[in-house]
Amino acid sequence: MTYEIIMAGFGGQGILSAGMLLAHAAMLDGKQVSWLPSYGPEMRGGTANSSVVISDEPVDCPVLNSANVLIVMNRPSLDKFESWVVKDGIVIIDSSIVNRDITRTDIASFLIPATKIASEMGNTAFANIILLGKLVKEKNAVTVESFRKSLYEVLPKRKHHMIPLEMEALEIGMNYTSA
Amino acid sequence: MGQRMLMKGNEAIAEAAIRAGCIHYFGYPITPQTEIAHYMAKKLPKVNGVFLQAESEVAAINMVYGAGSTGTRVMTSSSSPGISLKQEGLSYLAGAQVPAVVVNIVRAGPGLGGIQPSQSDYFQSCKGGGHGDYRQIVLAPSSVQELYELTVEAFNLSDKYRIVTIIQGDGILGQMMEVVEFRDTEPIERPETPWAVTGHENKRAQNVITSIHLNPAVLEQWNRNLQEKYNLIKEKETRYELYNTDDSDIIIVAYGTVARIAKSVIEKAKEEGFNVGLLRPITLWPFPQEAFEKVIDRTKAFITVEMSAGQMLEDVKLSVNGRRPVYFHGRMGGMVPERDDILKLIRDIYGKSA
Repeated sequence: MTYEIIMAGFGGQGILSAGMLLAHAAMLDGKQVSWLPSYGPEMRGGTANSSVVISDEPVDCPVLNSANVLIVMNRPSLDKFESWVVKDGIVIIDSSIVNRDITRTDIASFLIPATKIASEMGNTAFANIILLGKLVKEKNAVTVESFRKSLYEVLPKRKHHMIPLEMEALEIGMNYTSA
Repeated sequence: MGQRMLMKGNEAIAEAAIRAGCIHYFGYPITPQTEIAHYMAKKLPKVNGVFLQAESEVAAINMVYGAGSTGTRVMTSSSSPGISLKQEGLSYLAGAQVPAVVVNIVRAGPGLGGIQPSQSDYFQSCKGGGHGDYRQIVLAPSSVQELYELTVEAFNLSDKYRIVTIIQGDGILGQMMEVVEFRDTEPIERPETPWAVTGHENKRAQNVITSIHLNPAVLEQWNRNLQEKYNLIKEKETRYELYNTDDSDIIIVAYGTVARIAKSVIEKAKEEGFNVGLLRPITLWPFPQEAFEKVIDRTKAFITVEMSAGQMLEDVKLSVNGRRPVYFHGRMGGMVPERDDILKLIRDIYGKSA
C-alpha cells in the first residue's frame, strides 16, 4: 500500500511539521517515506503545503500531482487540491475554517472542527494533530505508538511536556464522528 | 546496520561532508540550500573545523581556493545565481588543480529567476561556466541517500584527481526529507598531497599553487596535462543507472529529481502495455555515452525529460548520434514535469510507430 498525502493550509497552522511527524512515525513503523515541503516565500498567513509519501516499497516519486489523502486547513487549499484526489480517496477538512464540503461524489470527506476543538483544549496548535488522528483512524497509515515516539524524537525537549495533550488531540481526531 | 535518520537533502550533504573529513566551509546564504550552511555552522566547530560566512559568493570561492591549496578538505555551497558568481573562482581552481567540493542546489533562472527547482544549470556545470578549457566532475544524486553517498564520493574524487567536483541537486532534493542510512565508517581515500602549500620550513623547495603560465608553450603543455587527466576521468569515473532497459521500446533519459518522476511513469506505462526503461546519468560530466552503446540496439526511441529548455538533450543527441529519434519534454521556471504529461508523450510515440 502506498499513501500519497497532501496537507495544505495557511503558514503557521503546523502544516509542514504535521507532515514531518507523520513521515517520522511511518519511518519508525519500518515504512519507506518522503516528505516534501512547499518552500516558496511563505510565512505566517501565506499558503503552505507538504507532500508525504508512505509506502512498503521504495518511494519512486516524492513530487505529487495526485493524492489518495488530502488534509486541508483552509478554503483555498480545498479549492486547489480537491481535483487532485484520486477516486476512492479521502479528504479531511478543518470545518471550523473551511466553509464548504467537497463537491465530488467519488471520494469521501470527513469534516472536523479541529481548530475549534483545539481552542477549547487551550491551544489551537493542536488542530493539525486532531486532523492527523482521523487519518490514522481511517487509513492506518501509521501506528499510534510510532506517532507517540515520533513526537518525542521530533519535538525539542522544551516542548515534551505538551506531548500528553498532543496524544489526547490525536485520540479526539480518531474518535470524532460528525453530527 | 548504520544509523537511520529522517533528514533534509541539504542536511544530508552537510553531514556527509563532515563524515568525509571536510573541516572548512565557506559560503553565503541563498534559498534553497541555506540549510547546508546552518548545519555546517552548528557542527563544524565541534570537529575543530572552520565555518565562515563570507561577505559574498566571490569571496567564498576564493577562500575555498586558499583552503584547498593546503590539501585540506573544503566545501562551499550555493544555488544558481550564487554559483554564477563563483565561476571565475572555479576556472582558477581548475587551472591550479585545487581539489574542492562545490554544491549547487539549482533554482530556476535566468537572472535572479525564482527559488523553485530547476535543472537549467547543466550547461554551466558541464560545459564550463568559467573561461578556459576545463572540466569538473558533476555528480547528480536523485535521493537523499544518494546525496549523502555521492557527497562522500565527491571528496574522494576531488582528492584523487585534484579537481573540483560539483554536487548538482535541485530545490526539491535539497528541501525534501527522506530516510538516510549512514555507514558506520566512510570509505575515505586520501592520497598524499606533496603539492600542497603547508610551509616548507626550509626543508624542501617551495610549492606554488597557481594558474598563471605566461609562456604559451608551457601553458599549452599544462593544458595537455589537464586534458589527459580529464580523459582518464572519462574512462574511469563515468556512472549511470539502467532500469528496465533489457527489452524496452522507449528509454527515458533523466537525472536527479526528474529521474524519480520518470521511474514512477515506467510503472504506470507498464499498466497500459507500454515497455519503457530509464537511463539515469549519475555523472553529468563525464556524460555516460557508454550507457547508450549498451542499450541502443535494444530500443526504438529515447525521451529526454528535464527541468530545462533542453540542455542535457544535446549530450543525449550526441550520444545517440542520429541512430534513433530523441524526443523531449521539459518544464522551466520552477515547474516540475508531471507524470501524466510524460505518459501522454509515450502514448503519442507508440501511436506513431504503431
